Amino acid sequence: MKSFTTVQGIAAPMDRANVDTDLIIPKQFLKSIKRSGFGPNLFDELRYLDQGEPGQDCSDRPVNEDFPLNHARYQGASILLARENFGCGSSREHAPWALDDYGFRCIIAPSFADIFYNNCFKNGILPIELDEAIVSRLFEEMYANEGYALTVDLERQLIVTPSAEEIAFDVDGFRKHCLLNGLDDIGLTLESAEKIREFEARWRDQSPWLFGKLA
Amino acid sequence: MSGQTLYDKLWHSHLVEQRDDGSALIYIDRQLIHEVTSPQAFEGLRLSGRKPWRRDANLAVPDHNVPTEKSEREGGIDGIIDPISRLQVQTLDDNCKDFDIFEFEINDRRQGIVHVVGPEQGATLPGMTIVCGDSHTSTHGALGALAHGIGTSEVEHVMATQCLVQQKMKNMLVRVDGTLQPGVTAKDVVLAIIGEIGTAGGTGYAIEFGGDVIRALSMEGRMTVCNMAIEAGARAGMIAVDEKTIEYVEGRPYAPTGEAWQRAVEAWRELHSDDDAVFDRVVELKAEDIKPQVTWGTSPEMVLPVDGTVPDPANAQTGSEREAISRALEYMGLRAGQAITDIKLDKVFIGSCTNSRIEDLRAAAAVVKGRKVADSIKLAMVVPGSGRVKEQAEQEGLHEVFIEAGLEWREPGCSMCLAMNSDKLGAGEHCASTSNRNFEGRQGFGGRTHLVSPAMAAAAAVTGHFVDVRDW
Repeated sequence: MKSFTTVQGIAAPMDRANVDTDLIIPKQFLKSIKRSGFGPNLFDELRYLDQGEPGQDCSDRPVNEDFPLNHARYQGASILLARENFGCGSSREHAPWALDDYGFRCIIAPSFADIFYNNCFKNGILPIELDEAIVSRLFEEMYANEGYALTVDLERQLIVTPSAEEIAFDVDGFRKHCLLNGLDDIGLTLESAEKIREFEARWRDQSPWLFGKLA
Repeated sequence: MSGQTLYDKLWHSHLVEQRDDGSALIYIDRQLIHEVTSPQAFEGLRLSGRKPWRRDANLAVPDHNVPTEKSEREGGIDGIIDPISRLQVQTLDDNCKDFDIFEFEINDRRQGIVHVVGPEQGATLPGMTIVCGDSHTSTHGALGALAHGIGTSEVEHVMATQCLVQQKMKNMLVRVDGTLQPGVTAKDVVLAIIGEIGTAGGTGYAIEFGGDVIRALSMEGRMTVCNMAIEAGARAGMIAVDEKTIEYVEGRPYAPTGEAWQRAVEAWRELHSDDDAVFDRVVELKAEDIKPQVTWGTSPEMVLPVDGTVPDPANAQTGSEREAISRALEYMGLRAGQAITDIKLDKVFIGSCTNSRIEDLRAAAAVVKGRKVADSIKLAMVVPGSGRVKEQAEQEGLHEVFIEAGLEWREPGCSMCLAMNSDKLGAGEHCASTSNRNFEGRQGFGGRTHLVSPAMAAAAAVTGHFVDVRDW
């Protein structure tokens, strides 16, 4: 996994509550057996006016001019400002894959859905929860200032605004460690392989019916 | 010290390692695998040269992409017309062979929606920890198990280590007491719960469902309730084990037998919250207040009783609520103040991991028996949850009831719940659906989904609009 230390970039809006993962990446693109290439179809139903199909060249498709990510001022954005319960619904990891492939490294929202929140950390994306009032203020500042960019410093757990205001955020210690160092958590878990084997042996004695053969 | 909740018990019995930073390693007893969220996980194993930790903990079945039309289905994988879907189902087969994982293949009699198949085969059992790369894994909590959806990276993690890195969730109890009115079902109960706590109300919690109503539900009904825990934001929903649970599991193909059965039952009888267990949040609903439910908007929390009227954004409490209502009304093509019973329908879908079990099909069949689907309905389809459900329904003659009434009788799969195969809504079409999500575009680009119970969907198929099934 790629590491996340400091990200500095343009902030773009996804200004609605309860954005579900179907909206982030519609189901027809889930037929892919790859992890990459989802970026052109991020928010497909909002970004384009037609119905997208997997494998299609998106450069010729009619674009929804009202959708902010299609506006010149948000091109190259790497930070997404969002509203409450971002990423609800389906567990599809294709949602963070699409956000990552598009170029987003950090999502700031008042709240996230659990599975999506967790999936972000597995893909080098930092989801940051802030008070609703602070998120609203960031939205206002962003709308008011073209080229509005934020710096997100994971080590110091700070967001720095263009006016040099520092906003602190919380992040779980283990996830921070993995993200800062780009660690593969399978490798970390396997460091406890002996403990897993001991647990398993004990559990098998206690509940042998959980260890039957499937056929 | 106060007693433990059911979730606490399941957590502690599977705790391999508690780390100082609050994270923990939890042992996983069963991983269910389907074709959509697994290919990248298998690829990850391949790239890192890893093998599944315990192959028998995994069970695979293709469900999301499989065609439900008999003519297309009969050809097996080779018969799938969409080449991208075909490749994905083929890839599951190939991966299962490469990694020696057991699979119910596309036309195995036991194939079906992964969350119908697991309990039905006894592959998911009380007291287990169960994961699947699918958010509706919460379904299996109905058996008194800790079951939740995970992402593909975690699918790979569980394959490689038999564990998940987790943080303990908070405990929520949702109690529904009293007696349901006739015609009000498990689906209406869970939709009413979501309407009450909201689509993010359960975020960070494991929800235990309890109370008279939950105890009185069949196992199928309990699965419907736990299935939709995720629509209230909770990754895991669960229900305490009782005699009904044990009776349901007994005799299933992968359920224990003989002495192991006796030991298992003894252990399972402990799978309930202690009387003095403390929950972080308790929500109570009265059964008598619950009417048949219909969603009118684009989030499961946008739900009303069938005798309600579509909300007016002008009456919203906050600006964001007003905006959400306005956007939903526009997408759904509804107007403020419109009666739910005035919503005209184009299609009807009876199926999905929420409502495709035998009891659901019986309820729908009872409503349409001797009647005809309204002329205005372009398509009404019944998609059984598994090959076993289909066989049983056919033994009971339910398929004939549906076919005579003008509904299509299909092969098992996820179908129009998420429209990854060719079963989908056209733009602007309204659908009475027994599935779990009414998100924009969920059932097809521009499609308009109304979530209801099987009986409500069946009645809507006959009349062409919503009706109160209590008056049926």
